[in-house]
Amino acid sequence: MNFAILQFPASNCDQDAVHAARLLGHSADYVWHKETSLGQADAVIVPGGFSYGDYLRTGAIARFSPVMQAVQEFAANGGLVIGICNGFQILCEAGLLPGALVRNRDLQFHCEHIFLKAATSDSPFTCQIPGKVLRIPIAHGEGCYFADESTLEKLKANNQILWQYCNAQGELTDEANPNGSLLNIAGICNERRNVAGLMPHPERACEPVLGSADGRLIFESMIHTLQSRSAAKAA
Amino acid sequence: MKAKIIITPKKAVVDPQGKTVQSALAHMGYAGIGAVHVGKYLEIELTGADKELARQQLDEACHKFLSNPIIEDYKLEID
Repeated sequence: MNFAILQFPASNCDQDAVHAARLLGHSADYVWHKETSLGQADAVIVPGGFSYGDYLRTGAIARFSPVMQAVQEFAANGGLVIGICNGFQILCEAGLLPGALVRNRDLQFHCEHIFLKAATSDSPFTCQIPGKVLRIPIAHGEGCYFADESTLEKLKANNQILWQYCNAQGELTDEANPNGSLLNIAGICNERRNVAGLMPHPERACEPVLGSADGRLIFESMIHTLQSRSAAKAA
Repeated sequence: MKAKIIITPKKAVVDPQGKTVQSALAHMGYAGIGAVHVGKYLEIELTGADKELARQQLDEACHKFLSNPIIEDYKLEID
């Protein structure tokens, strides 16, 4: 499978995303934000960082980069897109995901390992995650997920909440919530379930030497979905 | 012509900056301070002369880009 990893001015987690894809045995290419084509990509990763210095609002300017038009079309055709951290912020600003990310409630930048649970295995991003708690690092100052009441109700009704902050026992407590996100939401998907975003960094949790390899399960879910799709097409 | 835009967080969004500033003011001894909300102020110099057209365009820009309607409200004035 081929992963396209976008690069905006001041993206800084693009190299880790490329490394993760290649570590898992797949090909990965950088796509500069001025490009208008995603090449032969099977999936797109919108990486973390501080695109455009987080000027105006995080992700507010990156969403207008030329490459985002190609991402919109790719997503409209059912392609898999995952936004990590700043990537999640960019996808929300672009309207590809509902809601928005605001400043952490304690105003502090949180750089630590947290626990996540997959709220559902019914998605291309969580289908290979067994019922276990994942240990994944976060590094963000504006990761507090916000959406109005009716949007939150829709997310719940449509099973669009993919990951939530929890403690080591898998309980959704306030103490386990590093940033004040509503419903302890760490990541969601769109209604069609082909676009997802999450604040934690799975690409930094693909090798035991980094403290956890739980992040692999998210990429493996995407790869499994893509491989099933090709098999179905070939049949 | 100059456009002045004030962008504030929506009431439903938790504003920890506002709360922090409120508590700092209280610590400094200022009495009678109620809620504080921290927002953004933009000044945009306009080269055209058509005030109504400028207002329409900036309203659109505010809605699409300068503010995020999910979490912010804006007020636009053109002088």
